[in-house]
Amino acid sequence: MSTAAVAPARSGSRPGNMVRHGLVLAGRSVGKIRRSPETLLDVTLQPILMLLMFVYLFGGAIAGSTDAYLQLVLPGLMVMIALTASLGTGFALSQDISKGVFDRFRSLPIARSAPLVGAVLGDIVRYAVSLAVLLGFGMLLGFRATTDPVSVLLAALLVIAFGLSICWLSVLLAMLVRSPQAVMGMSMVVIWPLMFGSNIFAPTETMPGWLQAWVNISPITQLSDTARGLMIGGEVAGPLVASLLWMAGLLLVLFPAASWAYRRRLSQG
Amino acid sequence: MSYAIQAEGLVKRYREHTALAGVDLAVPAGSIAGVLGPNGAGKTTAVRILATLLRLDGGRASVGGFDVSRQPVSVREIIGLTGQYAALDEEMTGLENLALIGRLLNMSRRSARARAKELLDQFELSDAGGRPAKGYSGGMRRRLDLAASLVGRPQVLFLDEPTTGLDPHSRNQVWSLVRSLADEGVTVLLTTQYLEEADRLADRITVIDQGRVVAEGRADELKRRTGGQSLQVRTSLPVDMDTVAGILTELVGRAPHRDEESNLLTVPVEDPVVLSTLVRRLDAAGVVADELALRLPSLDDVFLALTGRTTDTEERPTAAPAKEGSLA
Repeated sequence: MSTAAVAPARSGSRPGNMVRHGLVLAGRSVGKIRRSPETLLDVTLQPILMLLMFVYLFGGAIAGSTDAYLQLVLPGLMVMIALTASLGTGFALSQDISKGVFDRFRSLPIARSAPLVGAVLGDIVRYAVSLAVLLGFGMLLGFRATTDPVSVLLAALLVIAFGLSICWLSVLLAMLVRSPQAVMGMSMVVIWPLMFGSNIFAPTETMPGWLQAWVNISPITQLSDTARGLMIGGEVAGPLVASLLWMAGLLLVLFPAASWAYRRRLSQG
Repeated sequence: MSYAIQAEGLVKRYREHTALAGVDLAVPAGSIAGVLGPNGAGKTTAVRILATLLRLDGGRASVGGFDVSRQPVSVREIIGLTGQYAALDEEMTGLENLALIGRLLNMSRRSARARAKELLDQFELSDAGGRPAKGYSGGMRRRLDLAASLVGRPQVLFLDEPTTGLDPHSRNQVWSLVRSLADEGVTVLLTTQYLEEADRLADRITVIDQGRVVAEGRADELKRRTGGQSLQVRTSLPVDMDTVAGILTELVGRAPHRDEESNLLTVPVEDPVVLSTLVRRLDAAGVVADELALRLPSLDDVFLALTGRTTDTEERPTAAPAKEGSLA
């Protein structure tokens, strides 16, 4: 009678399992990238286009020569990429929820936060790939780091860490807004002023005073300055501390808010 | 009797809208329970509460003896859920979809793959197992989705409209899979809009409408409760219809409904005993009947009768036996 009654060991949702399930789900997002690399197009093509556009269109006007501008803008573009790639986290989560994949996960004895942890961890790979594309293409165009490889690596790690702290903004938006498309639209509204309201593309001195006031404290500016310092030389300590403070602050505000919105969205079913 | 699913007075409210207004359910272990109702009746809400996806606003429910509000993790360890829309990762292959669930259930990589293969075989998806799910047909998707809810060998399985949108062939496949699961001792609760589905699969049926239970019982009980039986005679030759109509009128005391196109005569009866008398009379009259049957009203009739009263102010005739379907 009881042919299939033997239940496998399911040990519920202990903290150790949360990490393990998070990793399994992160593996899922990474596997997705491997299977359909076109999902990376937005984060790979975008850096290339941005680089070409800004360097050859504005480089001469802003920095006097395209070569000089390339040196200045590339570290900043790394920050920009982390910012735009972080949008993907919310988009992917929103898609999973609207397609019902989340319902299946939630009917399993895994921690409620495991899918969230998995999505965020999986995104590290996306950040890394697009940063590699940007750096590689930049070097092809003539970018040369004047420091050492370790510093460049540190810059990349810092930028990824920034992506991981700001991605909770897109998670928060994704949990508050219903459709994945709306999430994208909303995120752009938040991201664009952040991105251009910085010294990534133009020197702060050329801006009006009220804009300088913001640009000088903007996390994007601080991160870009840190990355520049680490890659082409210049002050590192000051902007690094400011960047870390910003990242801690963002995490402190956004992570609890995103978790709250996540739990709320799930309980609404 | 031990119940695998028990719910008392389930209430769920969304702002002004009350999705469930006190639903009771009791499903004996190892049986198939059907929850029947129109769109928006509250079927999906009830399933989501029982599967611990939604918090309830009133009443209580237990699955496998575990309280859904207080012991949700224990409930999740023994249930499987197949929602209304296939919960698959479109980019992943069938095998990967199933293996992922296995991994999340703490199986080793190897045993997760083995279990996935086993299920693909069982659901006749072995050939498609290596292809991404986005290329699957509707029926294949459903089967894969059903398979995904079985990876952990659940004791209780929730199926929310498992055959909505499927062609008849795929529907039959899903039906036989559900039946074989029940034979293995799995308790199944399925929601459906299809009366035929509830009739074929479910041991007991709960009819809900506007968040309330309007009827509960075995299919034949529900049919009996709402209307009388009817007697049907299909004559071989059209010319015999008059003779048979005469005999029926005499036996039952009212004229039968005649369907000239299919030579079918139908008349409501209170006492099934007339059937044997009818056979003798037809024999004596030398009439050959192709079909002679005593029919319960269809679940369609039952459903109309049960929900018609609450959804519409307009009176509807109860269980009109005039147009009996030609199935079965």
